[in-house]
Amino acid sequence: MAEEQIRTTAAETHEGSGHHGDYITSEKGIKSWMFTLDHKRIGIMFGVTVALAFLAAGVFALLVRAELFMPGETFMSAQTYNQMFSLHGIIMVFGFIIPAIPSFLGNFLLPIQLGAKDVAFPRLNLTSYYFYLTGVVLIVTAMVVGSVDTGWTFYTPYSARTGPAVLFLTTAVFIAGFASIFTGLNFIVTIHKMRAPGLTWNRLPLFVWSIYATSIVQVLATPVLGITVLLLFLERLMGIGIFDPALGGDPILFQHFFWFYSHPAVYIMILPGFGIISELIATFSRQRIYGYTAIALSSVAIAMLGFLVWGHHMFVSGQSAISSIIFSLITYLIGIPSGIKIFNWIATMYQGSISFKTPMLYALSFLVLFTIGGVTGIMVGVLAVDVHLHDTYYVVGHFHYVMMGGTVIALLGGLHYWWPKITGRMYNELLGKIAAGLIFVGFNLTFFTQLVLGTRGMPRRYFDYLPEFTSLHQLSTVGSWILAAGLFLVLGYLMASMFRGERATANPWHAATLEWTHTGRRPSPHNFDRTPLVTRGPYDYYLAGEVFGNGTGDGSREAEPATPEQSRPH
Amino acid sequence: MDGSFWLPEGASTLAAEIDSLFYFVTWASAILFVGVVAAMAYLAMRYRRRDVALVPEPVEPNKFIEITWIVLPTILVLIVFNWGFKLFIDLSVAPPDSYEVQVRGSMWNWEFEYPNGTVTAGELHVPVDRPVRLVMSSVDVLHSFFVPAFRVKQDVLPDRYSSVWFQATRSDTFQVYCTEYCGDGHSAMLASLVTHPQGEFEEWLESAGVDEDMPLPELGAMLYEQRACNSCHSLDGTPGIGPTFEGLYGATETLADGSTVEADDNYLRESILEPGAAIVEGYQNVMPPAYGNLSERELSGLIGFIEEQ
Repeated sequence: MAEEQIRTTAAETHEGSGHHGDYITSEKGIKSWMFTLDHKRIGIMFGVTVALAFLAAGVFALLVRAELFMPGETFMSAQTYNQMFSLHGIIMVFGFIIPAIPSFLGNFLLPIQLGAKDVAFPRLNLTSYYFYLTGVVLIVTAMVVGSVDTGWTFYTPYSARTGPAVLFLTTAVFIAGFASIFTGLNFIVTIHKMRAPGLTWNRLPLFVWSIYATSIVQVLATPVLGITVLLLFLERLMGIGIFDPALGGDPILFQHFFWFYSHPAVYIMILPGFGIISELIATFSRQRIYGYTAIALSSVAIAMLGFLVWGHHMFVSGQSAISSIIFSLITYLIGIPSGIKIFNWIATMYQGSISFKTPMLYALSFLVLFTIGGVTGIMVGVLAVDVHLHDTYYVVGHFHYVMMGGTVIALLGGLHYWWPKITGRMYNELLGKIAAGLIFVGFNLTFFTQLVLGTRGMPRRYFDYLPEFTSLHQLSTVGSWILAAGLFLVLGYLMASMFRGERATANPWHAATLEWTHTGRRPSPHNFDRTPLVTRGPYDYYLAGEVFGNGTGDGSREAEPATPEQSRPH
Repeated sequence: MDGSFWLPEGASTLAAEIDSLFYFVTWASAILFVGVVAAMAYLAMRYRRRDVALVPEPVEPNKFIEITWIVLPTILVLIVFNWGFKLFIDLSVAPPDSYEVQVRGSMWNWEFEYPNGTVTAGELHVPVDRPVRLVMSSVDVLHSFFVPAFRVKQDVLPDRYSSVWFQATRSDTFQVYCTEYCGDGHSAMLASLVTHPQGEFEEWLESAGVDEDMPLPELGAMLYEQRACNSCHSLDGTPGIGPTFEGLYGATETLADGSTVEADDNYLRESILEPGAAIVEGYQNVMPPAYGNLSERELSGLIGFIEEQ
């Protein structure tokens, strides 16, 4: 393809240049993976595990939607249905979406984007993976053995009644939470202390800024979840009334504790997605991100404000009206930085040179879907209207638009973007585009109908429903099949590409961040032969002579621009 | 169904304004969305990659534009917040002369007690054009009382009262849902809300009262339906979530702990008031301890009814 023929002095020669090969070939055998300290291998282990979690939880979702194709019992009992939606939610939240971007792509990319050899604490990194793996295995075991049916929010006192199973489950969540805390800590220190010379805060890739903001939230919020779990234990073991009214406790207090973590958690889920979108739009528009500072600082603003809005999940819980009013006001304010990002990303395309490769299709999908997610979030933040919409399918539609239409779409875009760097292979571009289309169409059919179901009064977590809701449920279920087809197609061609994909070059997208400009086709085990010197911003394509074959490549603007003969593809 | 594409037809005094706010936000969102998509589509087409080697000149951000798209959305959301907050106050504060009905939620039915002591289950009757305030609590876990047509919802908690109010604007029957997940019967925990013109409401209330001279087994039969015993206990021998009542009275039951007991008046009384005390073999301990408020007469009525099966 013509793109690849742009003359570049990029580090083609790094491939196999050391005596070690790249990070995949340098060491072989299962023990070299199980006990690795290489952030790239740890990232891949996370990636495989989160993919399995996504597959399992996704299948549960398909079963839930299939049961809802007809009112009444279609093929499973109410009890099974309730366990199925609970399994879907818990595995998706704790097993998939919270670790997915930070622990997979974040782990793989962060040190390289910073010009570092690895994260600050590689052993802690590996420990984090094993805590995560243990937690997830125990979560699934607890849920299956204990028939947990509480929903992922396990509100008291219903969760207290389902006996010890919920305690096993929450212990598992407690363990998995440490993975989040360790990773966040590791990343904060790495970003502060291990940036390459010349890589100032204002030259950080926006993916790094987003990981930084996410890590702050992970470190500060996750302990609250741990405390909540400990309190549940204390209540059970010692009979102290904390959350259970039968013992004199307060069920609303549980909700406060739960959402104090779980609201910031949704920012853990979306902020890294924002970071990926910045990378994709910059590279595939070949233009600087419009308003870099606004995007960077809005991530930090969202991370901090995110701690102040948890009560918007509780407007009709019985919390005081004054609390509800304050939470609603701050919720609006947090919508503003997110909106700014959308406008800035679109403006980035102005006077750019836009390519519609698969990663960019996902970025464009994100802009559409996350906008819908955002405006429906504003809607449920409106106090008087949320009274009607709370606990209906409108909320289910809203959070799937932001979590799936936002984070998962961003993850898919990032996966396709960095696939050549991780695997050294290209996937089939036509199939990539087809799958992106199926996913976009299937997603909207599945979840837009749920917004309508919700406003019409259909409650959530309902095994059965009144006949008047049947056609909307059927549309949603059919949508889920189209969505699943797209996702399985992605799985298929990505797997195939590992064996039969075209060998990638070191910088197939002509991006300008360090993971593309200073590593070979696949990174070597320590990423760089020597520490890079950074002399320009991450999206200064006009200064990136080493990528485009123009100028001296040292970032100086005074260099002669390439003549047409020099720049024309060979 | 009646109503618009999005919303069921409103039937309370506040529904119209809540709907206006909903449509305002929906339309503002739609306009914003169309703007976003149009801008994306235009820019993507206008600046699509034509020359693979072209590196565009960098664009300096325009501070005025950036500030505009921070300030304008902020103003918009503050307008919406203010409107929603005022309406929320209206939704939260019941008028002082409201007609009060007590609501008890339990797994999995709703029970309503009127000022004159009448109790109905599964059906709430209220007068039209008069503010009604529901004082609610749960006997077991969290529930939530939701009437889409009135745009009202409030969680129902154990050991505490919560309240919700509305004023119905027409007479009809409306759907009530439980909307806080509460177990297997959550989606079956429905009720009807029937609104009557004022005069008719008084008549209904009188006739709904329990006849003091109703024979005990007949009272029991009424309670069997009203209190939803029928959701777990059949009358025809079929085992359900709980043992059938057919042939129960006087039979010898084997309990889960292996002991046997005769199903006499005392056994039945204990089984109603303290369901967990003696579980029949083969059944789960899931009967809610929700019947402690039955009067002595009602208890005798139920026992008499079971004896007849």
